[in-house]
Amino acid sequence: MHFLEFEKPIQELHEELQRLKGIHAKGKTDLSSAINELEDKFTAERNILYSRLTGWQRVQVSRHPERPYTLFYAENTCTDFLEIHGDRVFRDDKAIVGGFARLDGKTVMIIGHQKGINTKMRQYRNFGMANPEGYRKALRLMKMAEKFGKPIITFIDTPGAYPGLEAEERGQAEAIARNIQEMMRLKVPVICLIVGEGASGGAIGIGVGNMVYMLENTWYSVISPESCSSILWRNWDHKEQAAEALQLTADKMKGHGLIDGIIPEPPGGAHSDPKAMADILRRHLISALSKFEGWSPSQLVTSRIEKFSSMGIFQTI
Amino acid sequence: MAWFRRSTTGVTTQPKLEVPEGLWHKCPSCKAALLTSELKDNQYVCSKCNYHLRIGSKEYFEILFDRQKFLERDSDLVAADPLGFVDTKPYLDRVKAARAKSGLNDAIRTASGTVEGVELVVTCMDFDFIGGSMGSVMGEKIARAADYACATQTPLLIISKSGGARMMEAAFSLMQLAKTSARLSLLADAGVPYISLMTDPTTGGVTASFAMLGDFNLAEPGALIGFAGPRVIRETIGKDLPKGFQTSEFLLEHGFLDKIVDRKDLRKTIAQILRLLKD
Repeated sequence: MHFLEFEKPIQELHEELQRLKGIHAKGKTDLSSAINELEDKFTAERNILYSRLTGWQRVQVSRHPERPYTLFYAENTCTDFLEIHGDRVFRDDKAIVGGFARLDGKTVMIIGHQKGINTKMRQYRNFGMANPEGYRKALRLMKMAEKFGKPIITFIDTPGAYPGLEAEERGQAEAIARNIQEMMRLKVPVICLIVGEGASGGAIGIGVGNMVYMLENTWYSVISPESCSSILWRNWDHKEQAAEALQLTADKMKGHGLIDGIIPEPPGGAHSDPKAMADILRRHLISALSKFEGWSPSQLVTSRIEKFSSMGIFQTI
Repeated sequence: MAWFRRSTTGVTTQPKLEVPEGLWHKCPSCKAALLTSELKDNQYVCSKCNYHLRIGSKEYFEILFDRQKFLERDSDLVAADPLGFVDTKPYLDRVKAARAKSGLNDAIRTASGTVEGVELVVTCMDFDFIGGSMGSVMGEKIARAADYACATQTPLLIISKSGGARMMEAAFSLMQLAKTSARLSLLADAGVPYISLMTDPTTGGVTASFAMLGDFNLAEPGALIGFAGPRVIRETIGKDLPKGFQTSEFLLEHGFLDKIVDRKDLRKTIAQILRLLKD
């Protein structure tokens, strides 16, 4: 189990719990009551800790290395997941995955960022930072879903679109711009979920949906708190302050009307019980998609366009 | 004994001529001294090295519109502060300072008029205003410009000059990528031409939305155009960037621009496009 910096208090409880369990397992002393007590204490402390997370702490939870990613959700919210590959132009980007799957008996298209589950895989997945071919693969899959009349579900979790030399050569900006515009006009329902990090263009490049939801411990903004700090304060020391200023958490985003809803995570965050998280998501997705049953393509497109068109606050003089 | 001796007497230094402020302008590229009046006549392009100096909406409107006549639209929109954003100073103080310094209300202006007799709506960014950054005002002005162009079947030209999204409006500015693209998709569905002109610099959220979505993607020579800034890329890959990386010429070579247009040919080229699509 990996503990974050602010989880120190419960980390100690967890270590103590493991120690007692070790002694208990040897069978010489019966510690079950002490273990139960400590387990209750651990759960209670963790729930208290998680009930009052700051913006920066949520950013850390959103990056927890044991957090579930798109492929896990594809397998655990749906059945029959069939991963498909490639943008048909350049190559298969490993940082964005996708394919058809069956949700509650109906076929859907799943697309999302994929981070690696260990050091080797994290490199293989480029830390969830897609290149233009990733966005173009996503668009190809979305157009295919549209062709066959299947709803689209996107899972967003990226520290940003990859800022590399080749990415620029192949038109990172164009790929994201094209996706945003084409997603706007898709004739099937599109549901977007921020399941981890929602960093700027890299996130919105697969983030234009009829419904956009954020999991409880995620963030979504125009820049990461670290980069914001380095630009506005000229160093990385103000990341906590930047996280607050950016108002990048789910509750703040919902309050501003920039997302449609918040999906609760299991106690202790999605990583503490990925299966339970997938269950919550499955139920949520089924109900979200049911809202769009019977909607015509033009209703779907118009409501999507109207929703994003209404975003922005300004004054008139 | 001195090595050199003055052979004639009476050599005097003339008193320094008073040079009025702003008479000369040094080219940021080749460092040549240029007469400001000549520079203006040359549309702010260096006559020695063809460097295109950064200019604003005022100059572009003058260059483009017939008899320099145009009607400004939506000029009454100014930034609000949806997040109460404070970094080293409050966002609204920054806006206030930018408004006072530039005499502009935000980083973009919209105008309609004619170019060689053909109607055109132009929205043009001003880099002097918080780096031409895109917040809610820019999003709304582009949306309204696109809607007006759509309603009147008038072609739209967007001149981009921006560092990207305005951080102080956080997710609100991110959503402007979606908002502007949404309104432009309606313009596209209506079959109205949209020309995007990228000038130095065009980066970040502006490039990753409307700037790249033109029916025609044009750029001025030598402009910096990209998604990530050069410094970020250099830090990511840990190597120096090749010469000419992320310039207009680089983008043309890689297939993301239709044409690079010298400023002196801008009016002519826009008019040519408009006529070709009209007749």
